[in-house]
Amino acid sequence: MAGVQVANVSRSFGAHKALDDVSIDFADGGFYALLGPSGSGKTTLLRQIAGFDFPDAGRIAIGGESVERVPVEKRRIGMVFQNYALFPNMSVADNVAFGLSVRGEAKATIAAEVQRALDLVQLGKLGGRRPHQLSGGQRQRVALARAIVTKPRVLLLDEPLGALDKALRVDMQIELKRIQREIGITTIFVTHDQEEALTMSDRIGILRDGRLVQEGPPEEIYDRPQSEFAATFLGDANIFRGDATGSGIKLPDGTTIAASTGASVPAGAKASCAVRPERIRISTGAAKPDPANANTLKGQVSKRIFAGNNSTYFVDRDGQTLKVIVQNTGAERLAEGQDVVLSWSPDSTVLIA
Amino acid sequence: MADQLAIGSRRGLKPALPLLLPAYLWLTVAIFLPLSAMVFFSFMTDLPLAGKEWAFTLGNYEAFFSQSLYSRLLLSSLRLGLEVTLWCVVIGYPAAYVLAKVLKGRSREAIFLLVILPFWSNGLVRIFSWAMVLREGGILDTALNAVLPFKINIDLMYSYPAVIIGLVHSYVPYMVLTCYLTLQAIDDSLIEAGRSLGASRRQVLWRVIIPLSMPGLIAGSALIFVPVVGSFMEPRILGGRTGTFYGTVIEDQFAAVFNWPLGAALSFILLAVVLIILALAAPVLRRAG
Ligand SMILES: Nc1ncnc2c1ncn2[C@@H]1O[C@H](COP(=O)(O)OP(=O)(O)OP(=O)(O)O)[C@@H](O)[C@H]1O
Ligand SMILES: [Mg+2]
Repeated sequence: MAGVQVANVSRSFGAHKALDDVSIDFADGGFYALLGPSGSGKTTLLRQIAGFDFPDAGRIAIGGESVERVPVEKRRIGMVFQNYALFPNMSVADNVAFGLSVRGEAKATIAAEVQRALDLVQLGKLGGRRPHQLSGGQRQRVALARAIVTKPRVLLLDEPLGALDKALRVDMQIELKRIQREIGITTIFVTHDQEEALTMSDRIGILRDGRLVQEGPPEEIYDRPQSEFAATFLGDANIFRGDATGSGIKLPDGTTIAASTGASVPAGAKASCAVRPERIRISTGAAKPDPANANTLKGQVSKRIFAGNNSTYFVDRDGQTLKVIVQNTGAERLAEGQDVVLSWSPDSTVLIA
Repeated sequence: MADQLAIGSRRGLKPALPLLLPAYLWLTVAIFLPLSAMVFFSFMTDLPLAGKEWAFTLGNYEAFFSQSLYSRLLLSSLRLGLEVTLWCVVIGYPAAYVLAKVLKGRSREAIFLLVILPFWSNGLVRIFSWAMVLREGGILDTALNAVLPFKINIDLMYSYPAVIIGLVHSYVPYMVLTCYLTLQAIDDSLIEAGRSLGASRRQVLWRVIIPLSMPGLIAGSALIFVPVVGSFMEPRILGGRTGTFYGTVIEDQFAAVFNWPLGAALSFILLAVVLIILALAAPVLRRAG
């Protein structure tokens, strides 16, 4: 096992910067999710680590050693491709055996290791099948077994669950996480799906246009996004834009919003605030205001979406539509068109430079 | 499951008939009729033209077995077919690999055009240009002597290598095309997957790429081997006296001696031998693929 250090890596295709000065430290044994919109450079970054492609600038080290001159086959990585890339001319068992067999291991060792890997992904009985005789989820597990049977130092996964339906996807997430914990391998997991990134990983890196936007544990990124992009890309957020006051911002209509987390912005500069929809209280305004929820705004419910355990209210105010999520506690529900008061704590308000 | 398939294919055949009809009509008129006439001829003593006497005989087939010349020539033609096919694999497969997996965009199109160019030139022109290159005092001889400080004599004309060179040049595009198509269909991620599992480029080639390109290699080999065994133009023009092969003997019967019955009989023996070889090779090759 080993950690992976990516330092100041850049990679351009023609004039297009697919990676722009990206530095990430992937801790040994950690589960790291790379998140970002399509074309943000996630696959390109994985390919640099794997050694299929080489950076124009910057350094990559695996287990503390620079891999600049190390070819793919010597890097001891395991990779699961988005399309699985199983060898169609081989059985499932031969696919899994491939990495051990090119190393010249003894036949008996290979057979035992392959069986163990297939059992780990719960496909012990399907070794004789051909890849085209498997379902999408089974193929994905074969690809995983094939990648881990060689005991790689690092496991690279490029949207491995992208092709699966929701239910299977959740099953596979749990299974993948279980296997990763069991063998304790450093894992870098590329995904489009923010929920997947939040639930599975120890740390998340968000990429945008080849740049690392923010990096850290899921809770930290969710609670303290450092940019509007990070706030809206990972989870939902209401964004207010205005001028910094030193303790929050002042909206164009004069309303002030207090923020006690996030960046410190000098008074007078442009700044914005992000508030998660589930942190906002919504009421008719009849009750006594709670001093803890110092930020208040008036608005009108324009739409309500009932989703069983919660409801989402869309509240219009001053040309802006705010989103509020309320747990279903059995309390009275608000009707569309009703005037409401929104309130939330400055602790739930993140100031963004 | 089997029932469903049967129903499906039965339902599928009827609407397909009008579509298949032109092809079958063409096959009947252009191949089946002349071929049956040839089968008929091969059992005759003489051509029934110009009121000559003729009778049925097995003599034309007996001639093959009674004179060792014919079987010797057939063997050397089979060897020629094998050698040309091998050279086409050796030259055509790497070319197809480079075309499919290394080159991209414009350069690929340009090289592709160069590869299939021989296809578009007339066969005779192609062979005579080789004659100009290979003969003593020809292009190759002159060019090498102009470059090299010492005098060498290059006269490949009227030799076995000249026949091989001419045939390989004529037939290598088949191998390039069939292999290109199968290589093109192999996803690059399979190659990367192999490498990420610790296989060197060479191991990936032998264990993944070549097995997956078997269909193209087999199709190309069949497309080349069969016509080369019966070829006569290249052996005759480039081989001269050494260029007597089974195909040239058949051609002689039709074009020079006018012994069509013997020519037809020899052709059908060739057809039978080639079919037997392909039938024997099929299961072996299929397993390899
Ligand atoms: N070989 C290449 N040649 C030219 N441009 C490339 C190449 N590979 C990637 N790019 C470009 O680099 C950018 C990043 O691509 P990359 O595949 O890393 O995106 P991604 O984040 O993986 O996107 P997705 O989520 O859609 O898979 C894209 O704009 C892409 O067009
Ligand atoms: Mg990608």
